[in-house]
Amino acid sequence: MNRFFKVLFVALIAKPLVLILLGLNVIHREKLPQTGPSIIAVNHNSHLDTLVLLSLYPLSLVHRLRPVAAADYFLSNRIIAWFSLNVIGIIPLTRNGSAKRDLFSDCHKALDNGDILLIYPEGTRGEPEVTSKLKKGIYYLVKDRDDVSIVPVVTHGLGRALPKGEALLVPFNCDVVIGNSLDNKSSPAELVESLTDSYKELLLQCLTYHEHD
Amino acid sequence: MANIPFNALVAMIAILSFLGVATVIQVVMVKSNPSKDFTELRQRITSWWWIIGLLFIFLGIGTNAAIVFFAFISYLALKEFLSIVSTRQVDRSVVFWAYLCIPLQYYWVSIGWYGLFIIFIPVYMFLFIPMRMVMKGETEGFIKAAGILHWAVMLTVFSVSHIAYLLVLPEKNVSAGGIGLVLYLLFMTQFNDVNQYLWGKSIGKRKIIPKVSPNKTWEGFIGGVVTITLVAGFIAPYLTPLNHLQGFVAGLIISVSGFVGDVVISSVKRDLNIKDCGQLLPGHGGILDRMDSLIYTAPLFFHYIYYLYY
Repeated sequence: MNRFFKVLFVALIAKPLVLILLGLNVIHREKLPQTGPSIIAVNHNSHLDTLVLLSLYPLSLVHRLRPVAAADYFLSNRIIAWFSLNVIGIIPLTRNGSAKRDLFSDCHKALDNGDILLIYPEGTRGEPEVTSKLKKGIYYLVKDRDDVSIVPVVTHGLGRALPKGEALLVPFNCDVVIGNSLDNKSSPAELVESLTDSYKELLLQCLTYHEHD
Repeated sequence: MANIPFNALVAMIAILSFLGVATVIQVVMVKSNPSKDFTELRQRITSWWWIIGLLFIFLGIGTNAAIVFFAFISYLALKEFLSIVSTRQVDRSVVFWAYLCIPLQYYWVSIGWYGLFIIFIPVYMFLFIPMRMVMKGETEGFIKAAGILHWAVMLTVFSVSHIAYLLVLPEKNVSAGGIGLVLYLLFMTQFNDVNQYLWGKSIGKRKIIPKVSPNKTWEGFIGGVVTITLVAGFIAPYLTPLNHLQGFVAGLIISVSGFVGDVVISSVKRDLNIKDCGQLLPGHGGILDRMDSLIYTAPLFFHYIYYLYY
């Protein structure tokens, strides 16, 4: 990752885009982790999720935020791969399960380095504004470490602005709700359960969410 | 800055001094009572500096710059409104067209085409939005979606664009100009909000509309109406073509309709179960929380002076 490119990208593209074309209601901004090693576990509705999370950080910290992203999607095209790796600074993750042993080695390296990982536990953007079943990967990533805090974050509205499969960005204000870091990480099922509960609770604090949606 | 008429310039300086005094009072309050949390008051005043600073800069640059400024306000308000209400995913492209009506509406303003300005949204957008929705073919939730979209552009684009049209009306009071009219409308509307709040807070007893706004009282409403009617009548000849008597009526219109705009947006929020429409203006909430009264006062004040003088 090139820190200069990333700062430039966040300053000139991510922040203005989020400020003018979107518009954020940030609830509990103070709970956002400012130092690593930590994990932000955020629901996934749109490519904008990553831009929004990046825009919440001051330019001096954006290089700390490392999105964990699917290798099969983001490395499939040379231009996107270059952009993802060098500008956004993603940590590519193999989704097909073939390379189990060293699956998380880059993630561990980043955590050891004090970075903040951005992980989408749904594993995919899926249906707009619908949270899919959460995957257990985070548990296996953190099970041997006790230095990592997991902060649940819910975004809402970004699936309206730019859903999967659409090219037209339609301006909408979006909510970002930051929760308390999870403490129940004793088993994969429990971690997924507390994360799911936390998402449900955070969603209710959104300005743009309606229960009948 | 040379194009700002003298009375309008005086009004701007007066408003800035007003805000300066408020800032000083706030600083003194914080200093003399360090244990109390004044965050919201401080944010509120800081937001006012931003709102008034940007408004005055764009008014100072020129008419077209100010029209672009109000168009941008409409955009922010429309975006906020469409975000808090529910929209159908299938209507994303229709929503996009709703945004596109903003540059058109303000273009009619900039060329002073009154005929189209006044019917474009109430007639043509009214007919166009459902047509564009039909092309998508989804009928479930059609009525509600069409209603919400048209109401949204009426509130945030049609109403708000009346403020901008004040700038292109022929000048009937050359020492105040279009800027004078805009300042008069904006100041009276916001001053009315403050007065209704202060009167209600100090002597308010009888609730006026408890199901919508439990804090609003008859005393606050009447106190605001009387104060604004008097102040508006007194200031009118300096900033508008109106004489004192016509100014009293303008003040009455602004204060009564400002109250209505306030409670209409309050009802929207209550329906959606939210306290604020957004976070754009720290200390105030969203842009709609600040503009609620203007949605009613702008068209009514505009048509009042349009009827009398144009």
